[in-house]
Amino acid sequence: MNGPERIVVVGASLAGLRAAEALRDEGFDGELTLIGDEPYAPYDRPPLSKAVLSGWLPTDHTALPRARNIDARWLLGTPASGVDLRERRVALADGREVPYDRLLIATGTRARPWPRQQGGALHGVQVLRSRDDADRLRAALAAGPDRVLVIGAGFTGGEVASVCRDLDLDVTVTQRGSAPLLSALGGVIGSAVTGWYRDAGVDLRLGTTVQALEGEAGRLRRAALSDGTVVEAEVAVVAAGALANTEWLTGSGLAADARGVVCDDACRALADDGTPVADVYVAGDVARWPHPLYPGQLLRLDHWDNAVAQARTAAHNMIHGSREPRAHRALPAFWSNQFGVNLKCVGLPSLADRVVVTQGSLDERRFVAAYGQRGRLVAAVAVDSPRVLDGYAALIEAGAPFPPVLHASDGPDRLDALDAAFPRPAAGRSSTPSTPSVLSIPSAPSVLAGHE
Amino acid sequence: MPTDSPPDARELRLVVDLNRCQSYGQCVYAAPDVFRFHGEEALEYDYAPDPRLRREVERATAACPVQAITLGRATEPAPLASEPVQ
Amino acid sequence: MTSTTHQHTASDLFAQALRYEHRANPYPYYEQLLRQPVIRMDDGTWLASGHREISLLLRDPRISADRLPPQHQRPIRKSLLVEDPPRHDQLRRLVTQQFVPRVMGMRDHIDALVTGLLDAHTSERAGQLDVVGDLAYPLPVTVICELLGVPREDESLFGSLARRLTRGLDPIDTQTEDEIRELQQARGELVEYLEGLIARHDATGGDDLLSGLMHSQEPDGPMDPVDLRVTLGLLLIAGHETTVNLIANGTLALLRHPDALARLRTDPDLATPLVEEVLRYDPPVQMSGRSTLADIDIAGTTIPKGSRVRLLLAAGNRDPQRFADPDRFVPDRPDNAHLGFGGGIHYCIGATLARAEAQIALTALARRLESPRLIADPPPYRENAILRGPERLPVSFTRLVPGAGEA
Repeated sequence: MNGPERIVVVGASLAGLRAAEALRDEGFDGELTLIGDEPYAPYDRPPLSKAVLSGWLPTDHTALPRARNIDARWLLGTPASGVDLRERRVALADGREVPYDRLLIATGTRARPWPRQQGGALHGVQVLRSRDDADRLRAALAAGPDRVLVIGAGFTGGEVASVCRDLDLDVTVTQRGSAPLLSALGGVIGSAVTGWYRDAGVDLRLGTTVQALEGEAGRLRRAALSDGTVVEAEVAVVAAGALANTEWLTGSGLAADARGVVCDDACRALADDGTPVADVYVAGDVARWPHPLYPGQLLRLDHWDNAVAQARTAAHNMIHGSREPRAHRALPAFWSNQFGVNLKCVGLPSLADRVVVTQGSLDERRFVAAYGQRGRLVAAVAVDSPRVLDGYAALIEAGAPFPPVLHASDGPDRLDALDAAFPRPAAGRSSTPSTPSVLSIPSAPSVLAGHE
Repeated sequence: MPTDSPPDARELRLVVDLNRCQSYGQCVYAAPDVFRFHGEEALEYDYAPDPRLRREVERATAACPVQAITLGRATEPAPLASEPVQ
Repeated sequence: MTSTTHQHTASDLFAQALRYEHRANPYPYYEQLLRQPVIRMDDGTWLASGHREISLLLRDPRISADRLPPQHQRPIRKSLLVEDPPRHDQLRRLVTQQFVPRVMGMRDHIDALVTGLLDAHTSERAGQLDVVGDLAYPLPVTVICELLGVPREDESLFGSLARRLTRGLDPIDTQTEDEIRELQQARGELVEYLEGLIARHDATGGDDLLSGLMHSQEPDGPMDPVDLRVTLGLLLIAGHETTVNLIANGTLALLRHPDALARLRTDPDLATPLVEEVLRYDPPVQMSGRSTLADIDIAGTTIPKGSRVRLLLAAGNRDPQRFADPDRFVPDRPDNAHLGFGGGIHYCIGATLARAEAQIALTALARRLESPRLIADPPPYRENAILRGPERLPVSFTRLVPGAGEA
């Protein structure tokens, strides 16, 4: 079989760059094009909400190293606006068209914006996802606002609030749920994180939402909260989750919506009838796929690790998939630094029904917590304990029982597993989702394990 | 192409896989102007340090017990924002 | 039964690897042991030799660093080497806070020490150098004594104590009754010496590491006198008995690979990856020990709770599953995640210092020795199997040129 002559990668961030490099590693020597909507060479996003925001690192010092020469054509600063699967052409917003033999979709996600009619257009209302966002927010913080409002206590919200306190700025954080990181880590660990916020001097409003952002002369002045109070703030950071960048695929025939683009575990894009589309692949934050470790659902991960690993798998399958297809099955893993601690996670806590602290203690902010789902270990979170996590990862991959039998020297005498206290939708996820047939995959239950 | 320029003039780019990183601190000890801890275990670093720090960065990279640091190896120029429309 | 045959073979192979006549090259036995990455020995202990398996065990919460056999007398207070969290973490934080900042700016000083040690042998004519006695031993000893605040005049007294004690780290069944008795004696002398040192320090003060530990204002400090003595003993012995082997093993590798030596002479930056390769190829600490706190399923077998496990670091470093061409010395080997300094929470606290000492010493040797040759290959080895290295390393040269320093 002849290999492809033209490969187009849409999305020029981490997944797109690593996929392009992997394509060359896999022996692809044809024409390679990368399309990116931002006018920058690929850069890394994690520091934007930490070292960049604190002022330690300028945004142009976040450029990702290029692991090798890739001899590619880069179309940066112009978003893709559509794809014609039959004619095999990507359309750009500036009217150009780029033909392909194989296509990789790696357009990622963006921050969910605040609705315009509720004050989203006011000066001072920001999101944090891109380099430009980070530059704007850094400038706003450096100007020394009297108070910053952070909407949402997920990972990004916590990191932003933490930096604000490092900068000695007053900050209010609203969180719809009963604890920070509730949807990611559940209520038990979330309650411990509440202490991090409070001890750092954050005004944390739990069970509270923002009803409206109000301004004067186009500038943000205050926020009306659901608890009836009003918070005066000049800067509001909307950290309320992510939306997949899939609008450009509307009407293309691919199974794509705001939750992502559905693909199989070989990273092949699926059409809206559930069948794989020839020569179209998906990788990174935008991909929703059935992870072999978590049957019966589609996963979408806003994880650095996943972007790199999935890009490699996709690149391999784009070149060698017909002879030796590879499944993307890396154990999910992510990390966050906030309030002076390092938090690392392996597996998927949000699946869990039980949680137990296996090492250290929540109060000392140095602990490991194990998560179980119906008697099986599915995830572990390590706070300021990064050197033991590999051991837990191996246990998760081996399908170890929960609670795990560890007898760790810094563990409790007896493991008291608690309800992991994840918010459940009213319909309930407690029952086992039926294993979907291939055709029904696009409508299968979805797990978003992102930074919100 | 910058391949024949003196080593210190080449651009210096790096990234740390912070999932793999276990905060051993060897990079901080080898190149304290590039890597630092925020708190006891949270690593921060400069992706694009001054090329004059190349020797320290290479020491940091070699010393990482889990080999989590990757240096840029590309010699072709970094991509630019806009390609002239033909 | 095949498995029985394997078990006998593994115990036998390990015994062979430990025999003194195989000290110069235990690696062929390790290679055979690697066929089963985790295996039970005839005496009921376990041996891990695979890179992946050792790496996992080093990071497993079900592992304790207490490696003494159950019948062994427990020390009154454990050093951080064999202590577990949470006490390990407190001790380690205290030592790290005092140790690391003092070590970070030391390259120039180490360079000056190396220059001085080699200057004593500078010669326009052909001559000889014992790389162990003239450089590899005095360099780290001087540095650790300065760091800790051990008076120069005590070096020889302490050095002989350290040598006697190091033998005690070897598997107990390889030691004679006399050696074990002698070890008790040496331990007593060490306690006496360290207590005296601490008492004198208390009176005089100073800005060395010992004073830092005694007067630490950190949340975990200051150390009480017993912890202080145990920690001091550990750091001193580690400083005396490990880096010496790293420098000597590195010199040996260079002399056996003249191409690498020639490259290092013209490219001092090669010292960075080269020292990592020495740590992989011929590590100064050949193995470590642990015990299990729960059953551990690994590599298709189960290590039961309460087992003693030897981690054969030097075998993991030659694991073909992890390293391409593992028996080849590749001075600029990429992705060299060796186990030379261990891993997990007990990762060598002195790694930064050892690296700097070895990088600077090996670069100076490469630059300053003209036409160096090993006088005996293999050189005579020390008795120790765990902290393994040459007793002496006589090297001939046609000229030893004056030094100019690292930069």
